Amino acid sequence: MDGALIQIEHLYKIFKNEGHSRSGSVPVLADINLIVERGDFYILLGSSGCGKSTLLNIIAGFLTKTSGKVLVKGKEVVKPGRDRGVVFQNADSAIFSWLTARENVEFGLKMQGIKKEQRNTISEEYLQLVGLSTHADKYPHELSGGMKQRVQLARLLANDSEILIMDEPFGALDAQTRKIMQRELIRIWQKTNKTIVFVTHDIQEAVLLGKKVSVLASAPLSGIAKTYSIDFPYPRNETDSAFIQQYMQLLGHFDFGGGI
Amino acid sequence: MAEKQRDACIVLVPAGRRSFQTIKDVFGFFLEKGILTWFLLAIIWSISSLFYSGTFFPSILQTIEGSSEIIMDGTLAWFILVSLTRVCLGWFMGIIFGIPVGLLIGRSHIIKKLVEPLINFFRFIPAIAFLTLFIMWFGVGEESKIILILYSTFFIVVINTAAGVLRIDKNKVQAARSLGATERQIFFYVIIPTVIPSIFTGIRLGMGTAFTSIVAAEMLAAKEGIGYLIFTSRLYFRTDWIFTGLVTLGLMGFFVDKLVRLIGRSTLKKYGVKE
Repeated sequence: MDGALIQIEHLYKIFKNEGHSRSGSVPVLADINLIVERGDFYILLGSSGCGKSTLLNIIAGFLTKTSGKVLVKGKEVVKPGRDRGVVFQNADSAIFSWLTARENVEFGLKMQGIKKEQRNTISEEYLQLVGLSTHADKYPHELSGGMKQRVQLARLLANDSEILIMDEPFGALDAQTRKIMQRELIRIWQKTNKTIVFVTHDIQEAVLLGKKVSVLASAPLSGIAKTYSIDFPYPRNETDSAFIQQYMQLLGHFDFGGGI
Repeated sequence: MAEKQRDACIVLVPAGRRSFQTIKDVFGFFLEKGILTWFLLAIIWSISSLFYSGTFFPSILQTIEGSSEIIMDGTLAWFILVSLTRVCLGWFMGIIFGIPVGLLIGRSHIIKKLVEPLINFFRFIPAIAFLTLFIMWFGVGEESKIILILYSTFFIVVINTAAGVLRIDKNKVQAARSLGATERQIFFYVIIPTVIPSIFTGIRLGMGTAFTSIVAAEMLAAKEGIGYLIFTSRLYFRTDWIFTGLVTLGLMGFFVDKLVRLIGRSTLKKYGVKE
């Protein structure tokens, strides 16, 4: 817990509509300030279209910012890197369909030029950690949605990414699988001491998982409305009074009146 | 449980109806396997040939008789070999040149914008239109024919490869980047494996156009080959040989495609190459 791992100051993101000069530019993020500490489980909570994925893509290095500071370990983010692994919502678009689960997990290691035996040892460890050892030699099309997300997770862990960036990773899963995956993620997080930045629009998921929850105000020009620290222990229970209280507090930020 | 149900079904189906069902099964089998199609075609061919002379419209029997002449003296086998060699050489070279160009177009915006107008212009000129030019430039020998096939295969492979690259999911590339892959590694370990099914489609379609071009080329400028056989047989009123040539072409294409598909399925299955 030695200070800020990710530090964002006065971040602005304005999308320029190239080719459509008359529609001009679309501001998405305005004056975002946040600090993610080592070992945090940091949730970015917001309704769809609020720019939370944009923020995530900037941290990952996929998108360039318009202005402001985005520092990871004190260094400005300019491009994607091994330190920031990404779990995509759509697993099919992100995992390599021509590689088995094991080969997917070993991909980053192979790119580093690590020898086969060593790769095998590492991948075995993380396949076991995410509960995939019996499916290691299957191809992605033979795996269920939840298993594919486990592959994505193991792939980053094996690659020793310090920060796990997760963009609504359980959004496409059925309710049962999502519950299991949430519990699994907490277990894996506690075991590996990784730092997780997790985007969701699901308030319950935010309270269930997050150590810190930042609520993003709705677009246009969304900034962080408020950041909560959630201190009660894991595994959390949706029926606890502390849980419900936190849930109601977060719910208060969202206007379900006319907008939807 | 399931077995019990099956027993019940058999009991419920009356004897007469069951035999009808097997006839239906046989019919279905022949239909599915395409045997019925050929059987019907043979009937139509036989009936039609009854009304004409052998030199105008030979019957199946006359065609078999005529073809046995050129089968026995080895001409047909030799012509098949000659045509196949030309097709395979040109096709192979078209693939070799086409894949890198397609990958480049797909990866580089500048190259894409530079080359795209050319491709959209030249792909509407059928390869055969270049034949006289190629004969002038490369002579009446093998070169002009092989280059013609190279040309016709090249475009199809380029277009399919480039389209495959342009269809790649951005997430795959970004995932690889955040896993620490360099741009070079992304090209070899992500782009190429993802594009393999599209390249394979180009290769298969290329084979089709290669056949079209070779027959045209052999009709105009050749002393051997299936196209030559089809074209010159008319001079001797050997319509049966023309039919033989046509059937041979169809069979050649069928088996070559089958072979290409078999190779594709058995070696590239994990990349998503399907039937």
